[in-house]
Amino acid sequence: MSTTSRFNRRDFLKAAAPAAIAVTQGIAPAQTLGAQDMQPQYMPVFFTGAEWAFVSAAVDRLIPADAQGPGGVEAGVPVFIDRQLDMPYGHGAYFYMQGPFHTDAPPSLGYQLQYTPRELYRLGIAAADNACKQAKGRAFSELSHPEQEQFLTTLEKGTVSLQGPPATTFFAQLLTNTREGYFADPMYGGNRGMGAWKMIGFPGARADFTNWMGQQGRAYPYGPTAINGSRS
Amino acid sequence: MATRKKSVDAVIIGYGWTGAIMAKTLTDAGLSVIALERGPARDTAPDFEYPRIIDELKHGIRGDLWQPLAKETVTIRHTSSDVASPYRQYGSFVLGTGVGGSGVHWNGQLWRASPEDLRLRSHIEQRYGKKFIPEDMTIQDYPVTFEELEPHFDHFEKVCGATGTAGNLRGTIKAGGNPFEGARSDEFPSPPLPPVYSSQLFAKAASELGYKPFPLPAANSSRAYTNPYGVRQGPCNMCGFCERFGCFLYSKASPQTTILPILVNRPNLEVRTNSYVTRILLDKSRTRATGVVYVDEGGQEVEQPADLVVLSAFQFHNVRLLLMSGVGRPYDPGTGQGVVGKNYAYQMVAGTAAFFKEDVEINPFIGAGGAGMLAIDEFNSDHFDHSAHGFIGGSVIFAGGTGGRPIAQMLIPPGAPRWGSGWKEAVKRHYRHSAIFISQGSVMSYRSRYLDLDPTYKDSHGLPLLRMTFDWHDNEYKMAAYSAARLEEIVKTMKPDSFATEMFKHGTHYDTRIYQSTHTTGGAIMGSNPSNSVINRYSQSWDVSNLFVMGASAFPQNIGYNPTGLLAGLAYFSASEIREKYLKSPRPLVDA
Repeated sequence: MSTTSRFNRRDFLKAAAPAAIAVTQGIAPAQTLGAQDMQPQYMPVFFTGAEWAFVSAAVDRLIPADAQGPGGVEAGVPVFIDRQLDMPYGHGAYFYMQGPFHTDAPPSLGYQLQYTPRELYRLGIAAADNACKQAKGRAFSELSHPEQEQFLTTLEKGTVSLQGPPATTFFAQLLTNTREGYFADPMYGGNRGMGAWKMIGFPGARADFTNWMGQQGRAYPYGPTAINGSRS
Repeated sequence: MATRKKSVDAVIIGYGWTGAIMAKTLTDAGLSVIALERGPARDTAPDFEYPRIIDELKHGIRGDLWQPLAKETVTIRHTSSDVASPYRQYGSFVLGTGVGGSGVHWNGQLWRASPEDLRLRSHIEQRYGKKFIPEDMTIQDYPVTFEELEPHFDHFEKVCGATGTAGNLRGTIKAGGNPFEGARSDEFPSPPLPPVYSSQLFAKAASELGYKPFPLPAANSSRAYTNPYGVRQGPCNMCGFCERFGCFLYSKASPQTTILPILVNRPNLEVRTNSYVTRILLDKSRTRATGVVYVDEGGQEVEQPADLVVLSAFQFHNVRLLLMSGVGRPYDPGTGQGVVGKNYAYQMVAGTAAFFKEDVEINPFIGAGGAGMLAIDEFNSDHFDHSAHGFIGGSVIFAGGTGGRPIAQMLIPPGAPRWGSGWKEAVKRHYRHSAIFISQGSVMSYRSRYLDLDPTYKDSHGLPLLRMTFDWHDNEYKMAAYSAARLEEIVKTMKPDSFATEMFKHGTHYDTRIYQSTHTTGGAIMGSNPSNSVINRYSQSWDVSNLFVMGASAFPQNIGYNPTGLLAGLAYFSASEIREKYLKSPRPLVDA
């Protein structure tokens, strides 16, 4: 297993600078990219430049590019998250959002914060970047990979206190949406080229195993198809 | 001021499984019927069409077919001294909405109850003595027997085109079926589909341990099939998208694929969708329903008078509407008096994930909601001697995944990283070579576990949410630990590289974040008299004799099996009595 990222940090930072309105998703090193791999520029609809830098850097650590398969960023996961947050889901339309909010309720009673997913990201990213700046003098996206991983671990374990939503809640939201984007149908912006499905061997929307019921125990031979009919 | 509609013979609240059964029964009898459904109209085409339905994010995760919690949810607390919090996001259970109800997104696991499940208190007292039942456990007998329900179980299986292998045919134990089932009058209408590979591994191991695995009874059709109503189904292709999805192949039984097609053109039936019933209206004596009030699609309040009211919404909604309408006496956990909201119960599920070598090709994406699965029933109901174990109830243990949806159904060993390259390595290594095996166990009813109206939280119409007061009890921890231990023995026998069991350990609280099952029960239970129940054996309200209440709200305590077979059997039993007796002379069908 390789833990070395193909991520080119300098190129990424340039692309993700807050001043940049349009930012680049093609972030694998140029020497490994053919023209066909170049992704069109994506303009975030929800995230600000600074937020986009955070989410892109975080997704790149949660699902790094390595020899196993596509990284979260090259798979389009930040695009997925940005689009989801612009949809009813991001506005909390799927959740019961009436108060009062018992934020001290036992965790076993589930999510009890007043934040929609958009608000969780907006406040969570600001608080996380702020925590990084206080500790290291730099925003999260400007930290080294080991520093980023260490910081994400403190979010996950709740050993850092954010001036905003609880660290564990913010981390859980980020990890959940990252996995969703990685494995959802490509039409939502992630799982580009069905790369995540190919990596694990999921045949996507084939949804027809009539002739494989009697052949159990043998590896299913076909690659995935997407809902729009594309194959890989 | 509500608009008042012309009176009809019967109004049906909720157009899912039991609503469809009652709509057929009542329109067959020539009654004018209005069915009110809170959600949208839905049908195989265009709502469940391939390939749009094969969308894990939209249906499996966001739940576009489920009841929108933004409009209405329940609140939950562990004890009556806690303040309840709303169930804001889906976790522990997923509620249906729209035409077909939860019958659209269910798996199709179509069990009957065991005979002793229906006379549980008497059975336990006879076999183990009265002291075997804990003082605070409020289980009671159904006022109807397995033998009385059997023709209706049989009929519903034929309506669904159920697949399986009989294990007890008219008293003769048959090889290959469930030897613990009650005597069935007929074979399953269709043979089972072949077991998926994880089921085959399970069957081999279970057989080595001396158990008798059999095909899980499934409402996933194995062949072209025409049901007794003339409605046709096609064979399941094991697409792996039953659970949480509508079926694009007309294979999974749902109201849409079994009953609704013959009702569509009936002139004496009108279905009004997006119609949210807020109250059952009673006359001054409060012993007779005069109709219902609902909010229509345009937000207008409408009064629909009717001579007969059938409450056939989901279990939670049945109980809530009874409480909001003042039908029956609300349950008081302090005194144990009152009945509406009493005996809420659930299920306790444990799962063992097995991780195999890379040459063991599980192909987890090949599967169906019930077909292809194999089960054992040795440790369910009272199929084994409980005297040394100190608990009541048990679990059905089964194998064969409902699919390999990669967001929600990914299995990796507990020690594997949750993110980073280590996580990627784990999902790549294990996705095609892992399987989960389940024990789904009963939950008994208790004096302190109940449903009432929340004093604080409201739905989008400003009406109180239903409040659940529930937590696990010693009996269930013991039951689940015993079942999980049996399950682990079977998994160990398969010799996987590793395995891991997830279960609620003694002392842990009910966790609303973790999916368990949508088999919530009780709150409008059936019983032998008005002091111990809301409805009689024919699902008729003791207090309001022209009101019938369908569904799993009737269960006095829960079973280890999935509830649809039992609740449909109870509905057909009720329908038969309504047709034969009630409509000829409307009155209480059982003397109080």
